[in-house]
Amino acid sequence: MSRWFVRPSTLRRRGVMGLNRRNAQLIAPLNPRHYYPLVDDKLRTKELALEAGIAVPELYGVIATNHDIRNLPRLLARREDFVIKPAHGSGGNGILVVTGRMQNRFRRGSGRLMDLEALGHHVSNILSGMHSLGGQPDRAMIEYRVRFDPLFDPVSYEGVPDIRTLVYKGYPIMAMVRLPTRDSDGKANLHQGAVGAGIDLSSGITTRGVWHHRIVDLHPDTGHPITGLQIPGWERLLMLAARCFELTAMGYLGVDLVLDRDHGPLMLELNARPGLAVQLANDQGLEHRIRAIDDLPTRTLPPEARARQAMDLFHTTARPPA
Amino acid sequence: MKRLHLPLLILILGGIALGIFYHKAVNLGFPLLPAQQTDNWVVEARVSFAPTGGAVTARFFIPENPPGMALLEEHFISRGYGLTTTPMGPNREAVWTTRWPSGPQAVYYRATVYPLEQPRADQAPYPGPVAQPELEEPYRSAAEEVVQKVRERSADITSFATVLVRDMNHPADENMQLFVSATDSDREKVRTAIQLLAGARIPARMAHGIQLTDRGNDLQPETWLEVHNTRAWVAIDPDDGTVGYPDDFLVWWRGDTPPVRLDRARDAQVRFSVTHNYQNAVEVARQKADLLDSRMADFSLLELPVQTQNMYRVLLLVPLGAMIIVLLRNVVGLQTFGTFMPVLIALSFRETSLLGGIILFTLIVSLGLAIRFYLEKLKLLLVPRLASVVIVVILLMLALSILSHNLGIEHGLTVALFPMVILAMTIERMSIVWEEHGPADTLRQGIGSLAVAAVCYLVMINPYIDHLFFVFPELLLIVLALTLLLGRYTGYRLTELVRFRAFGGGER
Repeated sequence: MSRWFVRPSTLRRRGVMGLNRRNAQLIAPLNPRHYYPLVDDKLRTKELALEAGIAVPELYGVIATNHDIRNLPRLLARREDFVIKPAHGSGGNGILVVTGRMQNRFRRGSGRLMDLEALGHHVSNILSGMHSLGGQPDRAMIEYRVRFDPLFDPVSYEGVPDIRTLVYKGYPIMAMVRLPTRDSDGKANLHQGAVGAGIDLSSGITTRGVWHHRIVDLHPDTGHPITGLQIPGWERLLMLAARCFELTAMGYLGVDLVLDRDHGPLMLELNARPGLAVQLANDQGLEHRIRAIDDLPTRTLPPEARARQAMDLFHTTARPPA
Repeated sequence: MKRLHLPLLILILGGIALGIFYHKAVNLGFPLLPAQQTDNWVVEARVSFAPTGGAVTARFFIPENPPGMALLEEHFISRGYGLTTTPMGPNREAVWTTRWPSGPQAVYYRATVYPLEQPRADQAPYPGPVAQPELEEPYRSAAEEVVQKVRERSADITSFATVLVRDMNHPADENMQLFVSATDSDREKVRTAIQLLAGARIPARMAHGIQLTDRGNDLQPETWLEVHNTRAWVAIDPDDGTVGYPDDFLVWWRGDTPPVRLDRARDAQVRFSVTHNYQNAVEVARQKADLLDSRMADFSLLELPVQTQNMYRVLLLVPLGAMIIVLLRNVVGLQTFGTFMPVLIALSFRETSLLGGIILFTLIVSLGLAIRFYLEKLKLLLVPRLASVVIVVILLMLALSILSHNLGIEHGLTVALFPMVILAMTIERMSIVWEEHGPADTLRQGIGSLAVAAVCYLVMINPYIDHLFFVFPELLLIVLALTLLLGRYTGYRLTELVRFRAFGGGER
């Protein structure tokens, strides 16, 4: 078989799901359109999560109008570090990370300093919809800056590595760690150039990585191996992901979690149209796993039991590094 | 039943479309190919004159039973005029009258004609031998000499006329030189020939007609000689004596009279123009449908005004473009800006030609994108930023047009045909993709959009497809059926076979 493309029959045998099938069989029937605002608006997601007792980064404040920008100094008064992001942002745009302050100046993640006025301008841009899809007017959220687990230090380049879990009808079926690279400009989206590393659901150990549709075992920027990493508190993390199903009632959901050094797994955002690259990272097609869930006799279990069942069902036989 | 719903719908749509198509193509004879239309002509005469005050009457000869041709349809376009048509000797005459004309006037006569495959038997009663003209000496004896000499070398009336005309064109003796001179116009030649033929008691007359050429404007009527050979009128070319009218020659009127005669007006001018008729094979089929009393043809687009028809010629191809987009996006997996933006781009390519269109489009969009990123630095809000992009796009188009005009490149002028809203929106979408997915994705989507637009364009300019959809709009139902069918395609996209190639790696 050619190295440039793969036979459709091979894909079918491996149970790989294509975009057309994902749209027709997962998103259209399982994700009712009117629930989309719940996940597209990060503020509403956060409210729902808080009501359900799901851990999220603490919200320091919301700025909804240009008039409210006056309150910015008061909101930030006792904060050393924080993140400002648009409620409807996508692809990691418009996210401003402040890691510390020197009197009235704020140090950004990149090390540059900016003053309060520049901060206010950034908020104003967010409100005008500069960073949200379709340019609709937006709100700016100011929230806790995640101090991510030192586990990921050697395998990420700037940015925040996160864990994407696919939840099908409440069951976690596949997961990967998304590691920012120089290519992805600190963002954790695979199609922007981040590395995805598949995770064995039963153990929480990373299996192999995929970068620009190619298999990699080392992080392209740091050179550290990305296979065989044990994610701490894996069972707790999967349970958190499974619980997000109850928030939105969406049957096909992407749950983005981060591992905080102090607070453990926190839910960052939900995605109603999660992509399919996770299949490459895990060297597994989604269809077999979906069928395994559909074949379960009872599906009215509490989230914790669902997560445990998924751990029993799906264990990747880790491929030996090539 | 639910599972069968869509397949049944597709079958029904396809069945209806194919049924109508078959009926129109086979039973009614609507042409399947555009080439089948080209033998038909639209002839237009524009009669203009200047009224001199008072009620005006304009008389204009119009064709009747032109030899070798059939009149399919005729229209008189003359606002504010009363119109009658009357037979007038061998001719037919249109009489326009109006009471209060003001300023220069123009009336139009438009006819659709097609060449007959088999010339109709043109039986005309023999008018009888004509009286010999009363000529004075020395013409009288010279004419007798000429007739005598020609008669010696001819067998019948037709060959007599041929020989006579040849002699007139190459006068050999002083007798003939008495009648003709080298500077004679065709009209004068024919006039002389009629006189000389009358000397042999042969009935002859003058005929005027136009040679049909595609997109002919300001055509001059040609003068011909017709002689009656006791069975029918025979045409003789006054220049070389050949018999019979050439192909695609439309005889307009007969007799030694101007085509227009005016009362209380002057400066009569007639301009003839000719074009291949687009729809005439279709017209024939429609008339056939009328004869068969079929309602099918009543729903034809051809009933609409020409301007609307031309609009639909384009509009009918948009669904086809949309289907191509579905195919290229969902089956091939090309990425494009916006869903149907490429169809709109393809529509503008129709005006600019493909290569020029792609170059201009790329140029404008990349310049616009550069400006857009500069504007980004100024930290403008969304709507003012978009408005600025539109303004800059217009300025760029203007600059490009002027520059290329000064350089003598005509292509640059057509840049104005790009709808600038499409350009501005493309730029805006590109920059959003650029920010959200990076330059690589932008490039991929940009090339994808242009490729899809090019494919759509190539399909849309195809004259066969153009013709088929215009004459058989029911084919849209098939496009709909195919699109519905594609809507159920949940297989892999071609690009996914590349994207997921790592899955093929482990087995070999």
